[in-house]
Amino acid sequence: MAQVTLDSIRKVYPNGFEAVQPSSFDIPDGEFVVLVGPSGCGKSTLLRMIAGLEDISEGALSIGDRVVNDVDPADRNIAMVFQNYALYPHMTVAKNMGYGLKNRGTSKVEIERKVAEAAEMLDLTHLLDRRPSQLSGGQRQRVAMGRAIVRNPDLFLFDEPLSNLDAKLRNQMRIEIRALQRRLGVTAIYVTHDQVEAMTMADRIIVLNGGVIEQIGTPTEIYENPASTFVAGFMGAPPMNLLKASVDGAGRAHVEGGLAVEVPAGATGDVLLGIRPEDLELADTGDLQIDVQIIEELGAIRLMHGQIAGQEISVAVPKDQPCSTGAVSLRLKTVPHVFDAATGRRL
Amino acid sequence: MKWLPILLLLPQLLIIAIFFYWPAAHAVQSSFYLQDPFGFGSTFVGWENYADLFGSAEYRKVAWFTVIFTLLVTFLSLAIALLLAVKADNVLHGAKTYRTLLMWVYAVAPPVAGFIGLIMFDQTFGPLTRLFGQFGWDFVLGVNFNDTAFAMVLVSVWKQVPVNFIFFLSGLQSIPRSVREAALIDNRSGMSRFWDITFPLLAPTGFFLLITNITYALFDTFGVVDTLVKGEPGNNPMTLVYKVYVDGFRGNDLGGSSAQSVILMVLVLALTVFQFRLVERRIHYT
Amino acid sequence: MTDTTFTTAPQATAPKRRIRWGRIADHAVLIAGSLFMLVPLLIVMQTTTVPDAEIIKHGPQLKIGNALPDNFNKAMFEASGFSGENTGVRMLLNSFILGIGFAVGKIALGMIAAYALVYFRLRFATAAFWLIFTTLLLPLEVRILPSYEVVQKLGMLNTYQGLIIPLVASATATFFFRQFFRSVPEELVEAARIDGAGPVRFFIDILVPLSRTMIAAMFIIMFVFGWNQYLWPTMITTDEGMYTLVRGIKQITQVLEGASLPEYGRSNLLALIAILPPVFIVIFFQSWFVKGLTESDK
Repeated sequence: MAQVTLDSIRKVYPNGFEAVQPSSFDIPDGEFVVLVGPSGCGKSTLLRMIAGLEDISEGALSIGDRVVNDVDPADRNIAMVFQNYALYPHMTVAKNMGYGLKNRGTSKVEIERKVAEAAEMLDLTHLLDRRPSQLSGGQRQRVAMGRAIVRNPDLFLFDEPLSNLDAKLRNQMRIEIRALQRRLGVTAIYVTHDQVEAMTMADRIIVLNGGVIEQIGTPTEIYENPASTFVAGFMGAPPMNLLKASVDGAGRAHVEGGLAVEVPAGATGDVLLGIRPEDLELADTGDLQIDVQIIEELGAIRLMHGQIAGQEISVAVPKDQPCSTGAVSLRLKTVPHVFDAATGRRL
Repeated sequence: MKWLPILLLLPQLLIIAIFFYWPAAHAVQSSFYLQDPFGFGSTFVGWENYADLFGSAEYRKVAWFTVIFTLLVTFLSLAIALLLAVKADNVLHGAKTYRTLLMWVYAVAPPVAGFIGLIMFDQTFGPLTRLFGQFGWDFVLGVNFNDTAFAMVLVSVWKQVPVNFIFFLSGLQSIPRSVREAALIDNRSGMSRFWDITFPLLAPTGFFLLITNITYALFDTFGVVDTLVKGEPGNNPMTLVYKVYVDGFRGNDLGGSSAQSVILMVLVLALTVFQFRLVERRIHYT
Repeated sequence: MTDTTFTTAPQATAPKRRIRWGRIADHAVLIAGSLFMLVPLLIVMQTTTVPDAEIIKHGPQLKIGNALPDNFNKAMFEASGFSGENTGVRMLLNSFILGIGFAVGKIALGMIAAYALVYFRLRFATAAFWLIFTTLLLPLEVRILPSYEVVQKLGMLNTYQGLIIPLVASATATFFFRQFFRSVPEELVEAARIDGAGPVRFFIDILVPLSRTMIAAMFIIMFVFGWNQYLWPTMITTDEGMYTLVRGIKQITQVLEGASLPEYGRSNLLALIAILPPVFIVIFFQSWFVKGLTESDK
């Protein structure tokens, strides 16, 4: 078990493409960190640099007290779960799990004991003699987990491990992985493009975009105080509404079509007002009027999609309230987030 | 660990250096020399060996025969194999049996195929000689130029149909079911479905096989030719490769034989470049 | 609802057995093709069961004679040449040595070379690639004479090495394994790296077991290819004890030509023995064989 420190880690490919701009952060011992972002944002590259599968162009990476930039992946004492599991197709489940230990020269008895222990933990005991091709997707996922656990690593690395599973299994495995990590107390870094996974699993979330860290924070911090329009739009489903507005001399932002709110001092010119769909409610005399075109039925809530002076806006309405298309009057429940229209940063 | 990959490549590189590049270079070199008939040395003669070849009526005759032979063998074995593959792809019952019956000849060596040809066309009891005799065709293998050529083509086609059949059948089976079903809905005529949908989709396999078959007819039929002429080239038809062997190995005309080898190398290289360009096209196509 | 059941009823009670002429034509074509392939072999088989005099007199017939054991003895244990060494048994053995030696050599060389090309970043990898793959372009037939001279200079005439090694000098297997290795998921390599498997261990523990089917397919194709070699053995082996069955065919035909009472039974049986082992292998391992053959086209 160990803490992980990234000090200005940078990745530049030979063709000159900068996949990760200099990034620094610390992961305390035992923390579950999720790297989240759209595809191509550099999250997998970052993880693979930590694993040692990708060379680090600049900066220092330490696991525990050791700088591991030039240490072979096998000697970093890490374990990795791959997106397609990367199980050895010709080995049984037991062999798959024990292969890393065997290569370290662990005794046969010891390997057997550790594999049995991990199998017990993951409910795989009855499958130990099977080959990966004889297992279901969820079972393969578990074997991949087992392979990681038996090594007693300092650090778990997960590369989109749930993306090949169906929705139901994904929800279940999400909880299992989280519980397992808590129980073992091993530091974990988890890469995903799915913001729900990030929100539900992480102690802390690192949001990446275009090779740059946009924000680091707990799920609540990220949700409540997104540092940029990118984070605001990426985290949370349905996504936050971002409305163009302009600030007048009195420090009030006006959205065309009739919404005006106070904004913090220093905000001038064009801004974007961020309002989550659930932060709007129906009201007879509201702050704004929208024209609803479509209503999506989601069970617990209904989602109204409409427009305000040509700008798209969506509103979440609890299921016990009536809603209809056409002109609807809405009220703000909270103060909107304010972002600079040009840079996208929070003001 | 730096040396490991080099060590791994070494055996292969060594073998191809000694048994491929050296001989190939040597062939090019000796094609410019005239070997003393008694083996006492050689003199540089430039392009003379090549000029002699192109001036030789005999060489031109062999080249012409090779062209016609190659075209016939390629066309017939592709056409027959395609017909059989389409039919084998159609039937449900016995598909596996037909496949086995139609492919086993792949494993027969060309000279052994030639030997079977010798039996079939035997002067005294050959069943095909007798059959042709019924129609008044006095078939004389190894003496009559055209009869021998006919036997060569027939045996070569017999030997090549199975490979083409295997490739065409596997090509047909890799056409997605959904495409066939869509075609079935769009077009009720089986014949025009074949030409509009199946045939274009088989084209990549067909191009590949075209080159393979030309190469086969040029080179791999050596054994067929050698057995059917019964080791007596005489006035019998022969292919370019067979002539390289006859001139070089029996006639001891090293320079001339080498020049012929070089011409064949150029021919194969041209074919390969052609094939690569087709393969490139095919990558864009799919 | 009732209408529907009513209208379908007559069809159900009187199933119209449509004769599907298309299907029958399909089968007719396939049967004709099968016969075209099979009949010559059956004729050769028949001639091995009757005495030579009967073949010459009647040609192939529909009956099965009882001369097979006699012909078999002559074919397998009597030599056709002058040295007395090229019995059928000897040639069969040589054919197996050539077939197996060629297949094993080709696969071993090809696998390790392909492994080096795919899994290591070499500066001269592109050069090595082209050096190796150019050999695919020029078949042995176009460079027989100089190759013969090289083998002669190395003193390898009439040896198994001289027979096998020059044939191995083309890159078909290397090319094939390179394609296959490139299709192995990258993650598997990475998982093995994290599991602490070095290059050699990765090759032995992961890559070779993963390639088992491919190795089998290659082995079948290469065995048949080696077994069927003709031109090269004809040139390299002049010693009758080194003849393979396929190479022996030439001598057999020449003996047939010269003899006053040609031994057709014996020679046809030898031809049959030259055919059967590769044919059986191809038939029994059909699916591997077809897979190996058609995938090498990519």
